[in-house]
Amino acid sequence: MAPSEFSVLVEVRLRHGIADPQGATIERALPALGLSGVTGVRAGKSFRFDIAASDEAAALAQAKVVADRLLANPVIEESSVTIVGAGTPD
Amino acid sequence: MAVRVGVVNFPGTNCEHDAILAVERLGATADLLWHGATSVDGYDALILPGGFAHGDYLRPGAIARFSPIMEAVGRFAADGGPVVGICNGFQVLTEAGLLPGALQKNRGLRFVCATVGLRVESSASVLTAGVAVGTVLQIPINHFEGNYTCDDETLAMLRAEDRVVVRYVDNPNGSVDDIAGLCNEQRNVIGLMPHPERASDPLLGSVDGVVLLQALLGSAGAALPASVA
Repeated sequence: MAPSEFSVLVEVRLRHGIADPQGATIERALPALGLSGVTGVRAGKSFRFDIAASDEAAALAQAKVVADRLLANPVIEESSVTIVGAGTPD
Repeated sequence: MAVRVGVVNFPGTNCEHDAILAVERLGATADLLWHGATSVDGYDALILPGGFAHGDYLRPGAIARFSPIMEAVGRFAADGGPVVGICNGFQVLTEAGLLPGALQKNRGLRFVCATVGLRVESSASVLTAGVAVGTVLQIPINHFEGNYTCDDETLAMLRAEDRVVVRYVDNPNGSVDDIAGLCNEQRNVIGLMPHPERASDPLLGSVDGVVLLQALLGSAGAALPASVA
């Protein structure tokens, strides 16, 4: 079977317990919008890429390697990996 | 024979010539080593200088870790060769796993450029051999991501093994336990955020970095400093 192409979304954010001054600063700016009920703002990064793989499980496994070994620093960050689409490459 | 220092030059490094000048004025010879090199043979000590390796894209040091020269740096370190990472070089060493922990954005998201008091906490490292514990040096810092962090177990280990080599007198960036620099278990790899090479001439406002660079040159080719632990 020909490999399919899977679209991947990786989100990286600081681990719980690691101070997130960027998130805190954003949160402090919100009252200027007239919003007072927004709490727990955490800033992070997201990455989108495509992986050619035989099936979704294989694509997910490869994407997790990318996330764990490059996109996130496990000392301070955590990541989540989601397959957001699949198709046959052109 | 003069000590030969290799100064690693990533794309985006910008303190390499300062480092070369500082060690040459102390009698060493120094060469730039491009990040694509696969060997560091013939050098007695390595410096990973400050700057923005690979543009600091993703995270400081995250891409530099994959530069070809880092494998050679890792072998040099494993063989006991003295390796000092200054500022961005410290970030590269943590990303490469040669030093524990990580450097995150400064407390308060504040870029800090100032001369700060730096207290020597251990004389058992290639950068502080012969410098008395408690010595306070005036050394410039210049960074956004200098807030050292690690998990509790790592911090306990660093303390128990006397691996916190220099601390800030007045913590400028939120670093855990005021840590400004630390060494590996073998004490031959050290990373610090302050810039000793920028405190190496009276014209620069301080010469306090000289004792550190002299210790590095003295450690090159010499036996590893024994742990006081």
